[in-house]
Amino acid sequence: MIPSQMAAGAERLAKYKQARARENTLSGGRTAGFSRIAVPGEVDLTHGRILYLEDVHVSFDGFKAINGLSLDIAPGELRCIIGPNGAGKTTMMDIITGKTRPDSGQVFFGSTINLLRHREAEIAAMGIGRKFQKPTVFEHLSVFENLELALACDKRVWASLSFTLNGEERDRLYSVLSTILLLDSAARQAGTLSHGQKQWLEIGMLLMQEPQLLLLDEPVAGMTDEETERTAELFLRLKGKHSLMVVEHDMAFIRAISEKITVLCDGAVLAEGTLDQVQADERVIEVYLGR
Amino acid sequence: MKHDTTKNNTQIFVLPAQVPLLSRAGWAVFLFALLVVGVLAPVLNLLVPEGHVLHLSDYAVGLIGKIMCYAICALAIDLIWGYSGILSLGHGLFFALGGYVMGMYLMRQIGVDGNYKSELPDFMVFLDWKELPWHWSLSDSFAATLLLVVLVPGFVAFVFGYFAFRSQIKGVYFSIITQALTFAALLLFFRNETGFGGNNGFTDFKRILDLPIATTGMRMTLFVLTGTILLAFYVGARWLVRSKFGRILQAIRDAESRVTFCGYNPLPYKLTIWTISAVMCGIAGALYVPQVGIINPSEMSTANSIEMAIWAAVGGRATLIGPIVGAFIVNGAKSWLTVAFPEFWLYVLGAMFIVVTLYMPAGVVGLVRKGLAKFGKGGAA
Repeated sequence: MIPSQMAAGAERLAKYKQARARENTLSGGRTAGFSRIAVPGEVDLTHGRILYLEDVHVSFDGFKAINGLSLDIAPGELRCIIGPNGAGKTTMMDIITGKTRPDSGQVFFGSTINLLRHREAEIAAMGIGRKFQKPTVFEHLSVFENLELALACDKRVWASLSFTLNGEERDRLYSVLSTILLLDSAARQAGTLSHGQKQWLEIGMLLMQEPQLLLLDEPVAGMTDEETERTAELFLRLKGKHSLMVVEHDMAFIRAISEKITVLCDGAVLAEGTLDQVQADERVIEVYLGR
Repeated sequence: MKHDTTKNNTQIFVLPAQVPLLSRAGWAVFLFALLVVGVLAPVLNLLVPEGHVLHLSDYAVGLIGKIMCYAICALAIDLIWGYSGILSLGHGLFFALGGYVMGMYLMRQIGVDGNYKSELPDFMVFLDWKELPWHWSLSDSFAATLLLVVLVPGFVAFVFGYFAFRSQIKGVYFSIITQALTFAALLLFFRNETGFGGNNGFTDFKRILDLPIATTGMRMTLFVLTGTILLAFYVGARWLVRSKFGRILQAIRDAESRVTFCGYNPLPYKLTIWTISAVMCGIAGALYVPQVGIINPSEMSTANSIEMAIWAAVGGRATLIGPIVGAFIVNGAKSWLTVAFPEFWLYVLGAMFIVVTLYMPAGVVGLVRKGLAKFGKGGAA
């Protein structure tokens, strides 16, 4: 190889590197090549999807709870899920969080993590938080202790035996306590909170885990109008930083937070779009009004 | 400006401080109890002459020593039931396992002083066995015995617990299985060919560490040892339940699914506390046998294990002092009633359990605390 060829080669390489630098995007300039390294535990958002379900089927004793469900959620999106009773909303959450195994189909967190291969606790640790339909908090522990348990940290037995809060974690507890408006009740036993406050505490526990995706099953059920309003504000603040999937029946609440709505029926997606689009959809009207 | 206010807020707002291991009064009571067990009781028993009002009789020493062993069991039950919500009706098994390990050592200590003047324990001579079975091979060593007292119940509990908790067996099903396990062990130990002395078990102990066992001094030594271990276990249990580990156990008791979705795997937590609890029971059994002088399969009878749960319930679950108080109340009543009105004891025990379950869910300690709170309020007003 003569020196001029080597110089030309070096020039080509520099140009290529420059071009790569210009293309540098949110994903770090990576493209979907086969050679890309999947980092275990890292959520790969290069395809712009944080949650991806495709053709999922589940049946319980012949009853098809989920029947060919396909759904995807973008990072930072706030997605509302509505649907009549028995549409499969809770079952869908069970599948995503690893509580129920689907008969067939694919469920991915980011582009690389196959959720069907992980157990509940692992999925939670990877960054999917879930709020149950019925508020479940640890009734005999204080509000503060509830949040402390939910803190993202080493969750093994040895670590728990010698655990003490450090300053950073205290600040985090403080900020979550103020986010969920329970600063004054920090030392109160969680069992003595009102229903709405329990819902908030549970949301606070989700936030302590610093999840990327939040699954919220009827978060405003049993709340007063004022509490509902504050919850809507809270969700709008969380949007963007976290991705949210909200299952709710309260239409006023959905209108307050709505961005994109998915209507589930008989275990599959019936319609998708803004609230107005969905409400104008013939099939949706039929399902809801039973015509 | 705004930033400053938030910063001030953070400083003014103090997150609830961690509860100390024991309060000042708690430490005082603890030290007092330690003094009573370690100094006062020996003095009253050994130095104060018999017939004096303050003399502590050998009978009382034996009885209290025995009840302190039971109190350790009650504490163990409370850790697993009161704090973790797992009701075990089979802790008699772990108690008996610890007791049998100690019993084997004590049998070997008899040496050639048995009825048959043989190197082998009497029951083996009676069965016409010529040599020691393999599982007795470590029974000559006191150090190995101490180790096995911990390891045998711990291992059995670990293996059983692993499979039971992995299969997510909960609530009453778990209780039934522990009961069945204990009953199966009872039947096994009843058989002569397993080499545990059949239905007679082990008795007629003569020596421990080559010292005669049936002396006042040895009885007192065991008493002090039991009392100290009970107090140490109390503080240890207290440390466990006030750590984050303990709070996670209570969280598992209250809402296990939420714990899972917080990213914890409940299995190692349950397994750890279950094994700790079993080891505590095993140690209690090992302390019990030299004081009582006998161990036989009846220790594994279902009634014994259920009684342990009753001690914890009567005293007050999810308070650590409760089970200790409960063990003393129930066993104190038992030793009095079985002498005064032997035929009524089981009725009293049953009634006690029903009354506590229906009217005093927090047990005697809960009742006292409630009373104190009311009294305090009345005083303030």
